[in-house]
Amino acid sequence: MSTVAQVFKETARRMTHDLRHRSWIQNALGKYYVGRDEKKARFQNWQEARQAAAEIKWDAVNHLDKYLEQFVSKIEARGTKVFWASTGQQACDYIVGVAKKHRVRSIVKSKAMTGEEIHLAQALEKSGVEVVETDLGEYIVQLREEAPYHIVFPAMHLTRHEISDLFNKKLGSAPTDSPEELTMIARRTLRKKYCAADMGISGANFAIAETGMISLTTNEGNGRLSTSLPRIHVALIGIEKVLPTLDDLALFLPMLATAGAAQAVSCYNTFIAGPRQEREPDGPDEFHVVLLDNGRTRLLADAEQRDTLHCIRCGGCLNVCPIYKNIGGHSYATTYMGPIGSVLTPHMRGLTEWKHLSFASSLCGACTEACPVKIDLHHHLLQNRRNAIRCKSPWWEKLIFQGFVTLMNHPLLYRLGVKLGWFGQKFHGLVKGTKLDPVYAWTQSRELPPLARNSFKDYWRRKQS
Amino acid sequence: MQIGLFIPCLVDQFFPQAGLAVARILKRLGHSVEYPAEQTCCGQPAFNAGVRSEAAALAKRFIQVFDRFEAVVAPSGSCVAMVRNFYPELLDLAPHSSFITRVFEFSEFLVDRLNVTDLGATFNERVTYHDSCHLLRELRVREQPRQLLRAVKGLDFVELNDGPTCCGFGGVFSVKFPEVSTVMGEDKVAAIERTGARYVVASDCGCLMHIGGLLTRRDSKVRPIHLAELLGGAP
Ligand code: SF4
Repeated sequence: MSTVAQVFKETARRMTHDLRHRSWIQNALGKYYVGRDEKKARFQNWQEARQAAAEIKWDAVNHLDKYLEQFVSKIEARGTKVFWASTGQQACDYIVGVAKKHRVRSIVKSKAMTGEEIHLAQALEKSGVEVVETDLGEYIVQLREEAPYHIVFPAMHLTRHEISDLFNKKLGSAPTDSPEELTMIARRTLRKKYCAADMGISGANFAIAETGMISLTTNEGNGRLSTSLPRIHVALIGIEKVLPTLDDLALFLPMLATAGAAQAVSCYNTFIAGPRQEREPDGPDEFHVVLLDNGRTRLLADAEQRDTLHCIRCGGCLNVCPIYKNIGGHSYATTYMGPIGSVLTPHMRGLTEWKHLSFASSLCGACTEACPVKIDLHHHLLQNRRNAIRCKSPWWEKLIFQGFVTLMNHPLLYRLGVKLGWFGQKFHGLVKGTKLDPVYAWTQSRELPPLARNSFKDYWRRKQS
Repeated sequence: MQIGLFIPCLVDQFFPQAGLAVARILKRLGHSVEYPAEQTCCGQPAFNAGVRSEAAALAKRFIQVFDRFEAVVAPSGSCVAMVRNFYPELLDLAPHSSFITRVFEFSEFLVDRLNVTDLGATFNERVTYHDSCHLLRELRVREQPRQLLRAVKGLDFVELNDGPTCCGFGGVFSVKFPEVSTVMGEDKVAAIERTGARYVVASDCGCLMHIGGLLTRRDSKVRPIHLAELLGGAP
């Protein structure tokens, strides 16, 4: 087992014992379910909406070349500088370069998972630039120097009390239990940062090919401030974010809000089509769009798992995942956590080291059922498992399964095995629940029902004779 | 109808009564039921572990053994999901191949194929039903077991108010990640106990084994029971 896998197992195990954490998360998600179902009911037909969304995404992803070119030519025509980055490193270098060229000293950043994916903030900070996260949740985890806990709710694991303590320690604010007051504390600090920043960084929720604009969704208005106040705006966008037409947003904006945050539609939806144009009173002087591949074209080439590029990063699959709910977002140690993270990470960071995530699932399918764009998440976990065995599997695992198949293909051997099991069971009580117990992994927390004295096969044979 | 009975390993070894109940019910409805003794496993454990060539060997055997029947019935949503949803991929079969469309889970067979919901059973207890994930999400069987339960005389049916969420069994998952599996099961057991039911019914023995193992460990009064056993009554 690789160390990453060991750390995952150990952290997950520890988290299951954290009752406070488990009930906190389940409580929060309980409210989300109620809200999400209410909002789903506002669609004429949620299932048909999912199907339509999946078809639009299928079209977009399967004609990515065409739509990306269309997007780029439109947005360039308005003076946007577009950079195609094959790797995260290239994207970081380019953005650091832009910052250096313009002598940027401070950056305000609105939430962008692509930024997390390529460790953009770290790269910029290393070059001596200050980067401030402006999404409240992101700001909180940045102050705590930890990774986001969830792709949509980065600080959902923290109580008001913990946030108040953090602000008190880091910002010197007076302790408070009021969420409004906590928000105001962050806002007062962040407003100053917006005014002082030379550059704003954002992601994009969608990139519209037809009109050449990006669509940015936030609930705090921080996306708008980060992208329009500073003199330079850089948007870091995964190439899969493209949608064919503006009309598609009529479906995707409410869908993202519903699945992601149990809202009918998010509070601020901003479309950006270029830097400040002549005769326009505001907006940045320069607008850069960085189109990020970073492994996405590899997924595109994989017909079986191409649909993972449909993902709109709503976080809906995390919210329903019983594993995620119990082990929490940090156990994964990945950029994308929960079901979509378990599917994507082996592709992005290597199957051998990350395959354990594909096995850390009961294959219950709640994620697939929740996904608004109908990604076959749990079946992709099965495909990753197959690929893991194909490329490198421990010899003993192969042996066990060969043994299993031999047993199953020879009814007599199978019966013999069962009889041995039945005999062995008589002595099970001596070791049950101890480390000597061959089925300790089960019996440490659960009873094992006794093997029936007569199996079904025995009964049937007796009845026939 | 000529029905071939598929009895998955967990039923065979731990819950033979459930298998017997299926046979009894189908016979009572006037069908000929046969249990081909050479049957083994549908291949699901190997398939889920990613060991596909081994799974394919078992899948081929499964088809050989059961191909001669008009219908194949199994008291397990999980195994039927394996055949219906994964054999096509595994063996390169058409999803609507005539074999695959003849394999049924017990409750869907009764309700959808035979149009039977009332089996004339009586059960004077409060009962809740656990949706097994593969039955619910792979086979989309949700109403059928409920219809069968609601027709039972004396039975007080209460819904489990938990999502529906997985019980945490997940085959090898339960021993690869025992702690995670256990807390999932504990959430399930807590939801079951909140209903005040005396029995928790399910259509998959994996779930029953997991939920039952946790119930016994905490000395709960709630008993796990397979749907067929509840409907089939005493022999
Ligand atoms: S996989 Fe589906 S549910 Fe999960 S984040 Fe992506 S779009 Fe949302």
